Amino acid sequence: MAEDAALPADLLPAAFADWFATRGWAPRAHQLEMVARARAGRDALLIAPTGGGKTLAGFLPSLIELSQRPPANTPRGIHTLYISPLKALAVDVERNLATPIREMGLSIVAESRTGDTGAARRQRQRVKPPDILLTTPEQLALFCAWEGARAYFEDLSCIILDEIHTLHSTKRGDLLALDIARLQTFSPRLRRVGLSATVDDPDVIRRWMGFHAGEGDGAPPAVDLVLGPAGTPPIVDVLLSEGRVPWAGHTAQHAMAEVYEVIKKARTALVFVNTRFQAEFAFQELWRLNEDALPIALHHGSLAAEQRRRVEAAMARGELRAVVCTSTLDLGIDWGDVDLVIQLASPKGASRMVQRIGRANHRMDEASRALFVPANRFEMLECQAAREAIAENRFDGDPPRVGALDILAQHVMGCACSEPFDALALYDEIRTSGPYRALAWEDFEQVVDFVSTGGYALRAYDRFRRIVKGQDGLWRARNADTILRHRLNVGAILSPAVLSVRLAGRGGRAGRKIGEVEEGYLEALEPGDTFIFAGQVWRLMGVSALDVLVTPAPASDPKLPSWGGSKFALSTFLAKRVRELMFDQSHWAVLPADVREWLELQRDRSLIPAEDEMLVETFPRGKRHFMVCYPFEGRLAHTTLAMLMTRRLERMGAAPLGFVCNDYALAVWSLNPMDGVDLDALFAQDMLGDDLEDWLAESYMMKRSFKGCAILAGLIERRFPGAEKSGRQVTFSADLVYDVLRRHEPDHLLLRCAREEAATGLIDVARVGHMLARIQGKIRHAVLDHLSPFSVPMLLEIGKERVPGAAGEMILAEAAEDLIAEASS
Amino acid sequence: MTALARQTAPAPYAFAQSPCGGLEMEIMGAALRMRASGALLDLAHQALIVADLHFEKGSAYGMRGQFLPPYDTRDTLDRLEAEVAALEPRVVIFLGDSFHDGRAEDRLSPDDAARLVALAQGRTLIWLVGNHDADGPRRLPGQVVDTMTLGGLVLRHEPEAGDQPGELSGHLHPCARVSSGRGTVRRRCFATDGTRMILPAFGAYAGGLNLKDAAFSGLFSRPPLAGALGRDRVHAVGWRSLTGD
Repeated sequence: MAEDAALPADLLPAAFADWFATRGWAPRAHQLEMVARARAGRDALLIAPTGGGKTLAGFLPSLIELSQRPPANTPRGIHTLYISPLKALAVDVERNLATPIREMGLSIVAESRTGDTGAARRQRQRVKPPDILLTTPEQLALFCAWEGARAYFEDLSCIILDEIHTLHSTKRGDLLALDIARLQTFSPRLRRVGLSATVDDPDVIRRWMGFHAGEGDGAPPAVDLVLGPAGTPPIVDVLLSEGRVPWAGHTAQHAMAEVYEVIKKARTALVFVNTRFQAEFAFQELWRLNEDALPIALHHGSLAAEQRRRVEAAMARGELRAVVCTSTLDLGIDWGDVDLVIQLASPKGASRMVQRIGRANHRMDEASRALFVPANRFEMLECQAAREAIAENRFDGDPPRVGALDILAQHVMGCACSEPFDALALYDEIRTSGPYRALAWEDFEQVVDFVSTGGYALRAYDRFRRIVKGQDGLWRARNADTILRHRLNVGAILSPAVLSVRLAGRGGRAGRKIGEVEEGYLEALEPGDTFIFAGQVWRLMGVSALDVLVTPAPASDPKLPSWGGSKFALSTFLAKRVRELMFDQSHWAVLPADVREWLELQRDRSLIPAEDEMLVETFPRGKRHFMVCYPFEGRLAHTTLAMLMTRRLERMGAAPLGFVCNDYALAVWSLNPMDGVDLDALFAQDMLGDDLEDWLAESYMMKRSFKGCAILAGLIERRFPGAEKSGRQVTFSADLVYDVLRRHEPDHLLLRCAREEAATGLIDVARVGHMLARIQGKIRHAVLDHLSPFSVPMLLEIGKERVPGAAGEMILAEAAEDLIAEASS
Repeated sequence: MTALARQTAPAPYAFAQSPCGGLEMEIMGAALRMRASGALLDLAHQALIVADLHFEKGSAYGMRGQFLPPYDTRDTLDRLEAEVAALEPRVVIFLGDSFHDGRAEDRLSPDDAARLVALAQGRTLIWLVGNHDADGPRRLPGQVVDTMTLGGLVLRHEPEAGDQPGELSGHLHPCARVSSGRGTVRRRCFATDGTRMILPAFGAYAGGLNLKDAAFSGLFSRPPLAGALGRDRVHAVGWRSLTGD
């Protein structure tokens, strides 16, 4: 390649150049570029699509440096630390790295260390560190809380952060950024290398990963940006089903026969869905159609780990024709042979879709192939919009991250476990990290006080401090027990409590384990009910302690727990594209006929809003009055909005009775007509003031996020040595603690954390805020005398929420016929 | 709460909703009122009975380095004082485990201790001992006893196995879980078969044990009725409406 020649030829030592040559490869421009940046001692972020030799580009400078090292008399510390968001990926990279090391005959030791690594190996790694250590953010946090951390990492010259785009905007990312700052203190010459898939705004990641020299929110830090080749654009099709596209629903059942035909023609297909229920359902449907007995497997987070590993191994051996999977396979190890990615139901965001599509064909020169299968009409719009966004190489953006204070508390405790710290010096170190660059001293002081005494206005625990300030002005951990407890609670991953699904044995005893379900998965089921799990139908016999006891019920018609929609919210970026597509009538030609007719009906009977407008419809139906609005901001934001709207409608005298939300719209129904409601007042921006406060304080979402913050900050422990707490008990006591704290110290640090987290994550207040600002003066009100075509899917959701189970499906089907006839008449 | 309101007990249980939202029923001839706070009122003796307050549970964890908000005693006292103010009982009976551990009394803040002293003004306090507080309080006003009788009732901390007509006890922290298609509710509850009764824990940090748990088996002569604590009322929930955890 011509551009390769532009770089100095001496970048690669002879052994490396020969190795590339014997494999028949030429080093890629971005690989050489990374070597050049390393030689100049620069931090660098490499952005390249899957299959671009990204990982090798990250390691190449370290391999070269290590190969040119003079021999040493004393054992050396770790040279390069590699951090992966997934355990499996760290292990996989270890294997891939072994090839060049072996073939070039380099004397370099590269080893992984994860939660699964055996005790002997861990011990050896501690005494005799490998040259390259591959691990996860959680293990790094444990390392940093070691007593010998400073000496252990003093030789560290490079840290490689893989799949950085999945970490930087999360709490795991906060913890990682703090630990990188720590490592930089231990080894000031440390170089930072980020590896990322294509993102909307690389500067967000550069700011996150770089060293901030106290410039506050000013210029981005010095992280060089290296761009890999663009890669061949993927070929994305939307399934224009021969059956008609359903009005509502999330399962895409109508298209399963076509999906099966597509799988038959592919070598190996990954079938992505958005929830575990959908995974189970799709798997069941495909096997019902599987006359050719194709090897089709299932992979999702609720299955037992061994079962998942068996599927992964069979996949790697090329024995499977299709795997139905959830986000558990979004990332991770390279499976080579996948040639088609199918997305069942809506993609929700362009970036996640590119990630998923990237799982097909890990080669640069061949295009990845993907097929979108929309489950309903709104999803058809969404799939088209996503397809076009991907073709234009446009992505969703993540907002810059402000580090969470519960994570900071965990980090401060970890630092004290490792060695005594000076508060001011630690404060300065923390502010060199991206997420905490603007941390206020007052907040830091509060966090230190929280770690030390719980930080309560009532100074009850001053005698029992976890960290103590000594005569020398340094803070240290109180004792060995405190340190041990911290180590058991490190990390930013909150896994919900899980129950084991087991066969019911004789006398109600638990038998063989079939898999695991998250607490809450089976909440709506009673003993005797049937459900699909791990691809089979089971009857629930009962729950005992942490076991769900079941018996096979092969011939039964399963009663499923209610179908949730996607757990992912529709991205802001994709929502905007859907609105644009909807408004631009010349664009409708890309849509199948029945969806086009649906839009035309909507235009004629109600109206199609402009891209920047929000449509609100009011109409009577039965004995009730409906208001349906279409913000396209995702289910979370809509739920929040509906909670607040119903409070206001109540005060306005409309007597609202209930509401229902999906990703595109929300519907409120009431006793009194809402045609005359002052919509500007209803959607005024001050909605996010007192009403929000009142509602939030009582909501279960606050309790949930409080529990998470309390665990991460070390207030509530995940587990005690020897005595695992069941998730149920944790749930209960966290709620009690929340209630007491809220009544007696509502301004406490952890309540602040919980409110901020609920506002950004669980209820999407920020998004509601942006939406309210966006629609000021742009509300289009259609007063109708009966329901509109757009509102039909919403009204079908009402039926869905109210009547679960098999009887409900019949009622639903009848109701659906009636509604559709009414809207089209 | 509407999910609970629709439930009705099996016909044989005789109870009545009182205007205050409480649930009234007779046990061995004693007229009792279950209060939404989790306290029980013996109408004839004007005795207010509360179980498992676990004072200073928060600071017990705090001593070990887990800094739960140190406001649990204050919170429990707030609710107890409100009940005393509303009902003006002549006697307040604590059914044991009033303190989380043997030294909890020493850790009471002076303010909270003073509130307990004030509570004894014009009425008698009776402290039954429990497994957490086997010695009972040493300095606070009131009598410390192992068990006691109240008319036809026998009061003790831990329920005894087998038929125990007229027994009022605590210790197990019963709690009722009700599931419907729209969600699940888990609340503290009274549990009774009409001849004996187990009270819910009154303490702010006391956890709950599902009434379907094996620990309750053998205690009731027939499937018990749960008096689940709602916001302003006690809901009578039948056995068949309850689910395990």
